[in-house]
Formats: sequence, C-alpha cells, structure tokens
Amino acid sequence: MNQTSGTTVAISLITSGFILPRKGVLSSCQIQITEVGEGRKRYRKMHGISRKTPSQDEQEASDLKAAELRDLQSQFLHLHHNKIYTKEALETSAKLLVVNPEHYTGWNYRKLAVQHFLDHQSETEVDSESIQLVLNEELRVVENALKKNFKSYGAWYHRKWVLSKGHSSMDKELRLLGKFQKLDSRNFHAWNYRRFITMLKKISDEEELQYTTDMIFDNFSNYSAWHNRSVLLSHLFEKRGKGHSHKESILEEEFEFVRNALFTDPDDQSGWFYHLWLLDQMVKLEPLLLSSWPPHGCCLYLSVDDYIGCGNLFPRIHFQSKDRMFPIVLYFSEAVEGVNSSTVTIEYEYYSNDDVIWRPLSANRFGCAQAWLTYLNFPDEVHFLKDSPVKVVVAQFPGIVSTNGVSFSQTSYIEFSLCVPSHDREHTEGQTIPRILWKNEKFHPHITESHDASLLNPLHQLKITEEGKSKSSDWSMKTIANEIAHCRDLLSSTNCKIGKLTLARLLMAQSKLISYCIPNDGVKVHYEEILGLYHDLMELDPVHICYYEDEHSLVLLKQVTLSMESILRYCHQYGDSISPSMDSHFCLRLNDLSLSRIGNVERLLWIQMLDLSHNKIRSIEGLEALQLLSCLNLSNNKICSFAALDPLRMLKSLKVLDISYNEIGAHSVDTRRYLCSFPMTHAVKNDWNFEEFANVGVDLTNHWDAFFIFRGLNLIQLDILGNAVVSDQLKQLLFKLMPSLNWFDGENRN
Amino acid sequence: MKMDPFQVICGVKLIRGISSHSIFLILLLDLFFLISKIIQVWCLLIFMLILSILWINSDNNNSFFRFSYIAICSLALLHQLDKINVEKAVKYILSCQNLDGGFGCTPGAESHAGQIFCCVGALAITGSLHHVDEDLLGWWLCERQVKSGGLNGRPEKLPDVCYSWWVLSSLIMIDRVHWIDKEKLVKFILDCQDKENGGISDRPDDAVDVFHTYFGVAGKC
Repeated sequence: MNQTSGTTVAISLITSGFILPRKGVLSSCQIQITEVGEGRKRYRKMHGISRKTPSQDEQEASDLKAAELRDLQSQFLHLHHNKIYTKEALETSAKLLVVNPEHYTGWNYRKLAVQHFLDHQSETEVDSESIQLVLNEELRVVENALKKNFKSYGAWYHRKWVLSKGHSSMDKELRLLGKFQKLDSRNFHAWNYRRFITMLKKISDEEELQYTTDMIFDNFSNYSAWHNRSVLLSHLFEKRGKGHSHKESILEEEFEFVRNALFTDPDDQSGWFYHLWLLDQMVKLEPLLLSSWPPHGCCLYLSVDDYIGCGNLFPRIHFQSKDRMFPIVLYFSEAVEGVNSSTVTIEYEYYSNDDVIWRPLSANRFGCAQAWLTYLNFPDEVHFLKDSPVKVVVAQFPGIVSTNGVSFSQTSYIEFSLCVPSHDREHTEGQTIPRILWKNEKFHPHITESHDASLLNPLHQLKITEEGKSKSSDWSMKTIANEIAHCRDLLSSTNCKIGKLTLARLLMAQSKLISYCIPNDGVKVHYEEILGLYHDLMELDPVHICYYEDEHSLVLLKQVTLSMESILRYCHQYGDSISPSMDSHFCLRLNDLSLSRIGNVERLLWIQMLDLSHNKIRSIEGLEALQLLSCLNLSNNKICSFAALDPLRMLKSLKVLDISYNEIGAHSVDTRRYLCSFPMTHAVKNDWNFEEFANVGVDLTNHWDAFFIFRGLNLIQLDILGNAVVSDQLKQLLFKLMPSLNWFDGENRN
Repeated sequence: MKMDPFQVICGVKLIRGISSHSIFLILLLDLFFLISKIIQVWCLLIFMLILSILWINSDNNNSFFRFSYIAICSLALLHQLDKINVEKAVKYILSCQNLDGGFGCTPGAESHAGQIFCCVGALAITGSLHHVDEDLLGWWLCERQVKSGGLNGRPEKLPDVCYSWWVLSSLIMIDRVHWIDKEKLVKFILDCQDKENGGISDRPDDAVDVFHTYFGVAGKC
C-alpha cells in the first residue's frame, strides 16, 4: 500500500491545489521523501513504532546506516542503468533488497538479470542445472528479504515470477508458507501465495479445505482461513453443478462447524461473517416477480380529468391520463436485466408488442433495475372502451437475468381489463389548481367499510405457475428455524451485539422465505421482535446507530406493507370533508416513524399521494418504482443534496413536491454523486447534452445538480424553503425550468 | 515537434525507472518552481498519460491493482479514459470482488480496506458502481470502526489512522458514511497526535510520519 499512497498523496495534493502555491510544504515533504528514497528505513517501519526520541548514539548509528545505504543505492542505480549483470552486481542488489525489500527497481533489476541470463542460455545450449542454480539464488534472496519484511509486495511477487519461469519443489514452497503462516496467520500475502501454489500444483480444493479446518481449529479467530474456506466451497458448489442435496449437506456441516467457533468466542467477528455467508448461500433464490401495476385482475378506468387520480380501490382503479397513455410497472425481487419485448410479451388489441419499449427504472445506465416500466396507449379514434383485455406474459422466453447471473425462469401472467368511459365531465384544464396543504386538518383517516372486504385481496396477487415455487424451500425453512433456535440459545447467555444482529437477519430471511415460498406451515413472522432487536442494538452499539436505523426502517416498511389491512391503517383521505371513496384522494401518511431510507415498496405501486415528512430520510432510492406518484412530501428530513433526489427524475407524474426544511446545501461532500447518473462521473459513454446548458440563460455553475434534477420535472407546486442552498439565483433557475409552476413556497405565482 | 529538454528528461527517467515513479513525481514537482507554469502542466500531463496507459496495458496490472487505480484516476482527470479498455479493467476489478462485499488484491484474496478503496474508486470513476452491493460492503466497512473510535483495515485487527482515509472515502463513494460515528473517529485521530513535536502517528503513542499525518488530516475533513 505504501508506495501507492505516496503517489496518491501527490495526485490528491495537486488536484486539490495545495502543492503548487506552497513551496514550503513541498520542501518539507521532499526532505522526508528524500530520506525515504535514500534510506527507506523509516519508510518501511511506519507502523507500530513507539514514539520516543532516539538517543544520541541511536541517532548516530541511524545516520551511519543511512549513509551506507545511500552509497549502496547509488552503486546499484549505476549498475542498473548500465545493464551490468555480473555476480558482484547481483550481490549488491541482493544486499540492497535485504535491507529494503520494497525497492521495486531492485526486484525489476533482478528480473532483467535473470531474463538476460535465460536469453543468453537459449543462444548457446540449454543447461537446466545452471538455470536451476540461478533461480534458486533468486528464491534465496526473496526468502532473506521476506525475513526482514514478510509483507513486502515486491518480494512475494518476485517469488511468483521466478516460479513462473518453471522451477522448484512445491513441497519446499508449502513448507515456507507454513512457516510464515505460523508467524502471522492473517498475512494475506502468504494466503495469496498459497492460492497461487495450489493452483499451479493443482492441489485439490478438498485438501485445502482440510488445511483451513486445521488452521481454524488452531485459532477460531482466523478471518483469513474462514474467507479461504468460503472461496473453496464456492468453487466446489460451482463445479458440482446444481445438485441441491449435496450442497445442502455441506451447508449443514458448515453451520455446525461455525457454531463451535461462535459459542466458544461470541465476540469474535470472524465466525459471524462466515455465518452470514452461509445464510446467504442458503436463501439464494431465483429472481421473482413480486408485483405489478396495474395489478392482476383489476379493471383500469382511464380518464382525462382530475389531476390527482381518484381512489384506487381494487378491483376498480382509476387513472388520469391526458395523453391517453398508461404505464405498466413490473417489480422484481432483485435487480434484473434483459426485460424487453421478446422476454415480456403484451397482448393488447390497440398496441403491437413489437412497439413496446421497456425501460429500467434505476439511476445507473447499465440496463438493470428492480422495477421496469413501459407505456401503452389507445388510439385517438377510440372514445369508449369497455373491458378491453390486456395480458402481460413475463418470461415466456428466457432472457431475464439477475445481476448475479441467475435466470428468471417462472412464467407469470398479469391480466387486467381496460375501460375508457365516455367523457362526462368538462375538461378542467383551465381551472385554477388548488394548493395541496400537508396539514393534519386536511387529512381524515380512512374508515374501513364493509365493502372493503374486497380490499383484503392483496393488490400484488399474480398468477404464478406451480413450478414457480422454490424447490428447496422446505430444507431452507427447516435450517433457518434451526439456526434461529441456536442463536436464541447463545443470546440467552451472552449479550453479544453481532449475535443479536444475526438473529435479526435470520428472522428477516425467514420472513422473505415465507412471503416468497408458499405454503409456510403457518409460521408467523414477528416483526415486532425484529424491531425490538434493532432498538437493543442501537443501545448496545451506539457507534453504528445509523446502520441500525436504516435496517429498522426497512423492517418497519415491511411490517406496514404486510397486508392491505396494515397499509390502510396509514391511509388517509385528503380533502375538506370525508367523501365517498370513489372521489377521495388517498394519501399514505408515514410521518414521524424515524424512517431513514425507503425499501420494500412492491405493495405500494398504486400510491399517488405520499407523505414522508418528519422522518430522518437521507436517501429516497426505491421511490422510482412508484410511477403513479403525483404528490410527495419530503419536508423535515435529512436530504443532503439534489443528487439524493435523483429517483424523482423518473417520476413523470409528479406534480407536487415539498422538500422544505432539509439539509440541501449544508454539506460540503455530496455522498450520492457516484450513485446517481450524473454526467460528472467519468464513464466513457456520456449523454450530457451541453446545448441544454446554453439555452437556460442562467448561470448554472453553482446549480448544475438542481438543473439536472428539475429539467425533466413539470411541477405545479414546489416547497423548498429551509434549505441552505436556496438563493435568488436558484429560484430563477427553477422558474425557468418549470414554467407550469403555480405554487412556490406557499405563494401563488400567477 | 520541438521537444522541451525537460520533457525529454521526464521521458527518459520514466522508461528507466517505472517503479520509482512515486519518488520521481515528488522530485519533479519541486523542480516545477524553476520553470514556467505552462511547461509544468505539460510535463505533468504527458508523464501521467504515458504512465497510465503503459501501466494499465501491462501485465503488472494483475498483481498491483492499486497502481491501476492511480492510472484510471489520472486518465479520468485528463479526459483520456477512452485510451484504455475500461470494460476489461472493470471486469478484472469485479473478479476480485469477494463474498463479503469487499475486494481483495487478486481474485480470491481476502478483503482489505485499502484494496477496497482502490477498486471502489476505480468503479466510481468508470461509472460502474452498480456492481457493488452497497449495503453489504457498507456494513463490512462500518464494522471497521472499533470501540476506541479508530478504523482497522480488516476484521480483528488493530485500528490505524491511515484507514480513516481508505475506509471513509470508500464509504462516502457508496453513500454509507453515516454508518460510522464521525465524532469518535475524530477523537481517535486527535489522540494520535504528537502534541509536543507535531504530526500524527498510526496509533496513539506511536512514532509520527508524513503518511499518517496526511491521512489523519484527510480523514478529519
């Protein structure tokens, strides 16, 4: 690492503008580096050296050594530049390398010398014995260098290079490795080298597995050995193909093996990380289609009036669309790619499947996302439609693949019907649009009435074929239940932070299995318990409190969206009075829940009005799937930059946005910059359109991120006060970008 | 093209001693003050460009990915990323991705915070961060913070001030830096100061050096 760091220092200093104007800084740096360059002793010993001023004698001895080394170094450089490869020259380089194994030029010189010798050999006759002598000598030098510093990148690499020239008994190598690994079992150089040798010598994975077993029995706290074990087992699983039962029995043994470590020393992290990997291996499911909008079995009513859609009560769903188009959203269990008109076919009278274009809803530009979108329309000539069927067939042909390379194989069907009522109301374009007030008095809790029994039909119900159910779900369910029991057992005697976290993860994994794999044997998931565990963790481990808050938010959202019943508890009707459900505007109010992030939105695709105010939200990743969203309240949260609002760019229906009282502009570092599709990342492909900049007419230097977010939005109402970034310049820009903006920070602009 | 003699020296030095480039860079910079600013910039650009292209395209790429990171960074700064095969570089980085979310220095190698910084940095620059599981890696990284508030480089190792940079900047790139307690980290860095002679060391009461002073200060920012 150290050499890189030097250069990284230099480059970072240059780019931050520190170096050029300040000669003083540089000179002092240079002094240090000169000493480093000439002596390199202090450079090598930068870690773990106690801080005490050296005595006079020590200082003199050190100066003497430095002087000797300077001479040696200049001698060596002379030999190197003049390509002198005699025995004496090589000895000089060996002396240098023993004192400083990080001297890359020294190792390169030796490589050049060996190459020179080998080339010379091939010209005369191949004398394998003398080649062996030369290579042996190299290995000896490496060994001596490693004795000085067994973490030297240069030395280990040289050894690999020498071996690649064809040589040496592997037993000797393994003995050497054994020595080093005894000295420091976490030396990753030794482990890397071990992997190199086992590959060269074609030692079997099973043998190596046994070696890791021995290392672990020697000392449970050996993360490197556990890591190697996971690598070896992954190879084995891959090699043996898709045979489930074999993998299952191995995993069972591994669970038992790691349990020993965990019960012996519950506070050591090494075993717990391995346990997490085992859990991941166990619950690896194929990607699944979780939900869609419009939902299966509904009747979609398209209308051209009312800018906020009417109540979305299953099975009758209203959707307002001025341009006669409606979206279809597919939501998968994980990010997938390959969704296109060949893998997903749509049977619909008024639109040809070949014209359908599916777009991934994600911030990156690589064509993979959890949610996918397309639009269908009905032609102008058609003024009235009654129960026109639409059928979406997902994965009739293969091609949809998760980012891990697992294919989506279960064919799913979504069928709904389309109705277009003849217009019975005047087109309300010209009317003044009232301002949405996010005040409590405007919201009325939704009163569940008897006819809402139909609401208990889950909105995400899909017709999944029998083959869709996970084959090994029974074994997974049994094993998870077993692990949960063991974990509880451990926690009854120790209050171990990572044990609690593992239990919370196990319970969540169990809930995932239950919801995806039917039947579930009546096992209920107790979200309250999981939430309680995270509260405990916040107290037990306050250093990582924000991590636990994030996880807590995800569990809470899972609990809220568990059933239609639980969702409706958070639903309110917006308006001045309680109106019959047909005309009410439904709003999902999730305020004051200490939410810090969004997730598990598969059952919320129908939401049009969402109130997330008074939480701790930093990231709204996940909201891009809510394509029907027209009113969004994010006020009084912790949004730190415009880049964090990137998911909103994909919400074409968004009309009302409240981001007041956040922290935009209050932080010097924008942590979302590389995660959103800003043109500032140096990807080779760049769709940044510079002409757009020129046409706006406002100085964009300070607000290019606001430009990027708002240029595609057509908001009617925006609240932005209470953010540090707000300025007259920004306001001018926003007015220019969104000419239809009627309400800004509570004021009517017309 | 008329070659500036200084550029010639740069070129020659480069070919001779690619391994000592880091030292050379510092020395080079000091000499900058003796010549005009335009030539300074020119030299630096050419130097970085040649170095980066040579490095990425050489076989050394496999063992010393951290140099490839520098090369990618330099090329991006100079808007010359299209001179290398970015896809191949990204593919190599991903082959080093581990099951715990982190990156090792070769395929199959254990995750290490410094290596993670290089890989995540390279992926960020090339717009390929979607391959990273931010939650998994973020948790691995935030667990580097130990009770004393300092950060270590791997599980069950001692904390070290230089990891304030490697771990922290990785977390920033994947937007998980709030998973670390910043105040405790700042306190740890300040505890590593030598209050009498100045400078910062790797751990409290150890000897100071420029390396750790820089990363301590960078981490604090």
